[in-house]
Amino acid sequence: MVTFMESPTRQALKRFLKSTSGKIGLGLAVLIVLMALLAPVLKPYDPTTDRNYLNRVKPPSVEHIFGTDNLGRDVFTRVMHGSRISLRVGLLAVALSLVTGTVLGLLAGYFRGSLEVVIGWFTDIMLAFPSTLLAIAIVAVVGPSLTNAMIAVGITQIPVYIRLTRSMVLSLRELDFVQAANALGAASPRILLRHILPSTLPPLIVQATLSIGTATIEAAALGFLGLGAQPPMPEWGAMLADSFTGGYAMNSPWTMLFPGFFIMLTVLAFNLLGDGLRDALDPRALK
Amino acid sequence: MWSYTARRLLGLIPVLVGISLLVFMLLHLIPGDPATVLLGERGTVEQIAALKERMGLNKPLLEQYFIFVGQLLRGDLGSSTFSLIPVSEELARRWPATFELALAAMFIAITVGIPSGILAAVRKNTRLDNISSIISLLGVSVPVFYLGLLLMYLFAVNLHWLPPSTRVSSNSFQSITGLFVLDSIIQRKGFVDVIAHLILPALALGTIPLAILTRITRSAMLEVLSQDYVRTAKAKGLAERVVIWRHALKNALLPVVTIIGLQFGTLLSGAILTETIFSWPGIGSWVYMGITNRDYPVVQGGVVFIAVVFVLVNLIVDLLYARLDPRIQYR
Repeated sequence: MVTFMESPTRQALKRFLKSTSGKIGLGLAVLIVLMALLAPVLKPYDPTTDRNYLNRVKPPSVEHIFGTDNLGRDVFTRVMHGSRISLRVGLLAVALSLVTGTVLGLLAGYFRGSLEVVIGWFTDIMLAFPSTLLAIAIVAVVGPSLTNAMIAVGITQIPVYIRLTRSMVLSLRELDFVQAANALGAASPRILLRHILPSTLPPLIVQATLSIGTATIEAAALGFLGLGAQPPMPEWGAMLADSFTGGYAMNSPWTMLFPGFFIMLTVLAFNLLGDGLRDALDPRALK
Repeated sequence: MWSYTARRLLGLIPVLVGISLLVFMLLHLIPGDPATVLLGERGTVEQIAALKERMGLNKPLLEQYFIFVGQLLRGDLGSSTFSLIPVSEELARRWPATFELALAAMFIAITVGIPSGILAAVRKNTRLDNISSIISLLGVSVPVFYLGLLLMYLFAVNLHWLPPSTRVSSNSFQSITGLFVLDSIIQRKGFVDVIAHLILPALALGTIPLAILTRITRSAMLEVLSQDYVRTAKAKGLAERVVIWRHALKNALLPVVTIIGLQFGTLLSGAILTETIFSWPGIGSWVYMGITNRDYPVVQGGVVFIAVVFVLVNLIVDLLYARLDPRIQYR
C-alpha cells in the first residue's frame, strides 16, 4: 500500500525494486561500467604496441582467457578496453539525440504553426530511412571514424525524441497548471522549462535508456562495416570485422565470440534497465 | 477508399522530395567535392576539372539539385566508379536476391513470432510466457552480424548441416525470375539446395523482427483480452479457443500489421550486414562493397533505392490497415 508519506520518487524506487528485469539490467550495466572504469587500472593497454606475432590466434588459456587474435593481441584486454569505447559512444550519441530531439519536440508542440510543420516534415523524412541505413549513408559520405559514427547514430535517433516530446507537450499544454502559468503571465521559455519539461522527463529517461542499447548496436554495426572505429582501436564491432574479413573467424572463433557477446550483453543490460525504469516511472504504460 | 489512397499517394511527394534533398545534400557534404572524391588520388587536375564540368558541379546548387532529381526520375542513378556498370541496372539484377531473403526472413518472423506472442499472452505469467520473454529479449539485443557469424559457425562450419554462403551450390542453376525458390519450383530441381542456402541468412535476418513481433503481439493480445467484449464472449460460455481466434486475435493483429511494415526497413538495412556475412549476391552486399571501395554512386543508389522501397512498403501497410480496421475514417 502506498501511504500518504511517500514521495513519488520513493514510490518509483519501490516499483523499480519490484521489477526483476530492472534489477538484472542495473546489475549488468553496473558491471559493464565498472569494467570500463577499471580497464586502465587492471590492464593498462596501448593498442599500438601490443602485437606479439609469436602468440598468433592462440585459443583461450590461463594466460589469455579469451585467447589471442591474428596479431597475437590478448582478446580479453581488448574486450575490456572496448567497453570504454562502446559506452562512450552509446552515451554521447544518445545525449546528442536526446537534447536535440527534446528541444525540437518542445518547440513544435508548444508553438505549433509553421514551425511544427517544418519539424514534422524533417521528422517524416528522417523516419523514411531505416535508422541503420541512414547512419551508414551519413558516415559513408563524411568519412569513416568513431566520432562520425557516433554523430551519425545520434542523428538517426533524433526523430524518436521529437515525436515523443511533441506528443507529450500537446497534451500538457492544455492542462490546468500550464494554463494557469500562462494566465499569470509567465513567459514561454519559463513555461516550457519550468512547467512542461519536468513532466516530459520520465518517458524521455526510459526512451534514452533503451536508446543506449540501440546506439550500441548501430555503432558496432558501423564498426563492423569499417565505418566506425578504425584499427587498431579495440572497438567491439571493429574486432568482429577484423576476425571476419581476416578470414579467421571460423577457425579461431574466440576472436569473434567474445567481442560479439559483450555487444549483446551491453545492449541487453540497457534494454532490461529501460524496461525496469518504465515499470518504475511510467506505471500506466503497457508492457 | 479511393480518395484516401490518392491523398496518401500525394502525401508521399514531400517525403520523396525530402529523401532526394537529403541524399543530394549528403553528396555535397563530402569533404572536398564529389569529382575529387570520385577520381580519388588517380585523378589529375585536368581530369577533375573535366569531371566537374561533366557532373555539372560548376552550376548553381539549385540547378544541380533539379538536374539530380531529373536523373532520379528517369531512373538514372549514375554508374559505379569501380565497375562502370550503371547503378540502376545492377540494382535491378540484385533486387530479387535481396527480396527473396527479406521475404524468407519475414516468413520466419511472422510464422514463429505471432503464434509465440499469442501463446505468451494467453498463458500470461506462466513459465512459457517467461521463456518467450527471455528469448525475445535476447532476440532484440543480438546484433544481426554477430548472430550471422554464430549461426554460420555452429550450423555450417561445425555441424555441416547447412551451406555457409551464396544462394546455390551448382553454377549451372538456371534463373528465370531471379527468385531462386520460385525458379527451383518451376524447373523442379534444386529446391532443397536453394532452401538449404536460404535458411541461415534468413534466420539471422529474421530474428530481430521475430523478437519484436512476439513482444508486440503479446502486448496487443493482452490489451484486447482485457476488453469488455472478450469478457462478454467468455461469459456467454464460448470455448477459450473460439474467444481467442474469433474475437480477440483479429483486433490484436491490427497493430502487428503496422510493425511488420516498419520491420521491413530493419530487414533491408540488416541485409547489408547479413548479405555481407553470407556472401549473398543482393543489394546489401553490393552496398557494402560500395562502402569499402568508396564507390559513392553505388552507396547513394543503394540508399535511395532502399529508402524508396521502405516508404512504399509502409504506404501499402497503411492502406491495408485502413481496409482492415473499419474504425479508421478515410479522412
